[in-house]
Amino acid sequence: MKKILAKMEKGVRLTKDEGLKLYKNEDIHSLGAAADGVRKNLHPEGVVTFVIDRNINYTNICINKCKFCAFYRNEPDPDAYVLTDKEIFRKIDETIALGGTQILIQGGLHPKLDIRYYERLFKNIKKRYDINIHGLSPAEVKHIAVSSGLGIRDTLVRLMACGLDSIPGGGAEILVDSVRGAVSPNKIGWEGWREVMLTAQELGMPTTATMMFGGVEKDEDIVEHMYRLRDMQDVHRGFTAFIPWTYQPGNTELGGTTATGIEYLRVLAFSRVFLDNFPNVQASWVTQGSEMAQVALRFGANDLGSTMIEENVVAATGVTHSLGVEDILDIIKTAGFTPAQRNTKYTILKTFSARQKNPLL
Amino acid sequence: MDFKELTNRLDGGGRITDKEAVELFRTDDIFGLGRLANHIAEKRHKKLVYFIKNMHINPSNICINRCKFCAFSKSEGEEGSYEMTIEDAAAKARAVRGKVSEFHIVGGLHPRMGLQFYSELFRAVKTEAPGAYIKALTAVEIDYLSKESGKSPRKVLEILKEAGLDSMPGGGAEIFRTGVRDKLCPEKIPAKRWLQIKETAHGLGIKTTATMLFGHVESYADRVDHLSRLRKLQDKTGGFLAFIPLPFHPKNTRIKDTRPISGLDILKTVAVSRIYLDNFDHIKAYWVMAGEKLAQVCLAFGANDMDGTVIEERITHAAGGESKSAMTVDEILHIIKKAGKTPVERDTLYNKRKVWRS
Repeated sequence: MKKILAKMEKGVRLTKDEGLKLYKNEDIHSLGAAADGVRKNLHPEGVVTFVIDRNINYTNICINKCKFCAFYRNEPDPDAYVLTDKEIFRKIDETIALGGTQILIQGGLHPKLDIRYYERLFKNIKKRYDINIHGLSPAEVKHIAVSSGLGIRDTLVRLMACGLDSIPGGGAEILVDSVRGAVSPNKIGWEGWREVMLTAQELGMPTTATMMFGGVEKDEDIVEHMYRLRDMQDVHRGFTAFIPWTYQPGNTELGGTTATGIEYLRVLAFSRVFLDNFPNVQASWVTQGSEMAQVALRFGANDLGSTMIEENVVAATGVTHSLGVEDILDIIKTAGFTPAQRNTKYTILKTFSARQKNPLL
Repeated sequence: MDFKELTNRLDGGGRITDKEAVELFRTDDIFGLGRLANHIAEKRHKKLVYFIKNMHINPSNICINRCKFCAFSKSEGEEGSYEMTIEDAAAKARAVRGKVSEFHIVGGLHPRMGLQFYSELFRAVKTEAPGAYIKALTAVEIDYLSKESGKSPRKVLEILKEAGLDSMPGGGAEIFRTGVRDKLCPEKIPAKRWLQIKETAHGLGIKTTATMLFGHVESYADRVDHLSRLRKLQDKTGGFLAFIPLPFHPKNTRIKDTRPISGLDILKTVAVSRIYLDNFDHIKAYWVMAGEKLAQVCLAFGANDMDGTVIEERITHAAGGESKSAMTVDEILHIIKKAGKTPVERDTLYNKRKVWRS
């Protein structure tokens, strides 16, 4: 184990086998310390970033019906919805009033919406607002392409022309098809996910990469997921961040348990050590809570993600943590870091007063 | 901090000084700290992590003290105040007969719940749930019952022991140092009295736990002062079963200008407690206050006890603690196993009831 970490510290890339050994066997203190070291090297200034944004889930109607999801509805369900433009604009108004720079537009795979719906929506948003549209995970892009009779590239080119700025990394779940078959049999396979991401990156769009774990996957699947992401990242360096979060079993068909606190920290720390070509790793306060998120900042994470003025998908599982900008600043400062607001591309927009002197000293 | 030297010294039976304990709090090397604390815990307990099937009974939230950090207490007649009869409490005990091995009974300082009330209550609980332990009444409550009855704390404890009291919880310790205590809970008994009552209980063979409420207005030095007084008394009596560091939750309390507590500070405090309190067998990660996820991480930072199922906890939840209201045994087993440890069900006195070897 010492050999593997020493190799990593010299800047030599770990093989998949070495990664698996490290992930499975290294004690949590050494793995954490290694990840903390990598984070310090990449971000020596001790800044932890966040973005002010809002999730806008334009519809909850979805034909994919993933077993881990508590958010989706069928078209005839009484609480199925598609947001009107007016509702979407009101949400954007509120976002801008709160200093937001980005909206995350994601929704279900609606059987009747094709590319014209999105082109019109994005154009109308861009006509009214100067805001980054971070939207449409690979599963949605693929769905739009198929339902519009277009290829992936043409779909993305047209959506970009109407205002789509960047692609979120959702729907990656675990990028191993045997796991996907068990939890999301109707969703695009891992190669479909890769095709959309690499095409978007080639077109110059920033993207992120996620991983949802704590469900049915094995250790090998987690390492395979990261191995595939690292390979993809070698092509265009188009992923801004890696964002691991835990499956939330409440109200889902899959049910069962999820990853514990130590398992979360292990995955996070391992990702920081293994993903040597990812500039940023995000802590998930939405699934872990704020105190665990602070611990995560010493286990490899350098970003707290979004303030999530609105979040619906995790909330549907019964897990609700809500934080304002002030809370985010407090979390970062009391963990010993300097908070900075960033935009979608991780450019820092505003650095807040440096970390406070520890009042406990 | 030279963790190698420290590890060698502690392995050789040496102690750390108060000054060094403050240094440990100040260190940025949380991994070295965690590794040492885990080493000490595993030397003492191997991989064993304890839990208990327990239920909380809080007979009333009416309290004449009204500490500023408390979100649970109410004045008499205030909206939301409540009081149980002996029969109410007995019914609770009856409902879980055979399912829990401990009743954790603490309440407010109620103007009409005195020595008589608690003696009857303990007898009723013992009748309804024979075989279960009663861990009840903090030092603050014993002091109150003593004043109320005009009897010495020793006499009060003797009477209660006769009625069924097996052990005492460690609450009401807060932070011992006077300046901090005045800001937090000016009406509560001073540290000296708290420690005297514990010493008396230990002398009567009543084992107790000890707590520290941290993360409000105290400094690292205040924390170490607190730990130091506990270590000294433990040297003398050996009557403390466990130490339980309690992170402060500011919501719904009257303590203003507190900083939000950091998850890292919680881990550090657990670790320093494990390293400093070399005469305490057990360090508890109380999941009700730390949350299940962070409490599990504490198991890698020196804690070897998860408390328990904690059916009907009210006090932390009144302060906006976001943990769930109780855990099942299966959930506790899962958390302990996933931390790479071996779960042990214990009783109040840390006798092993069942070990889950993997």
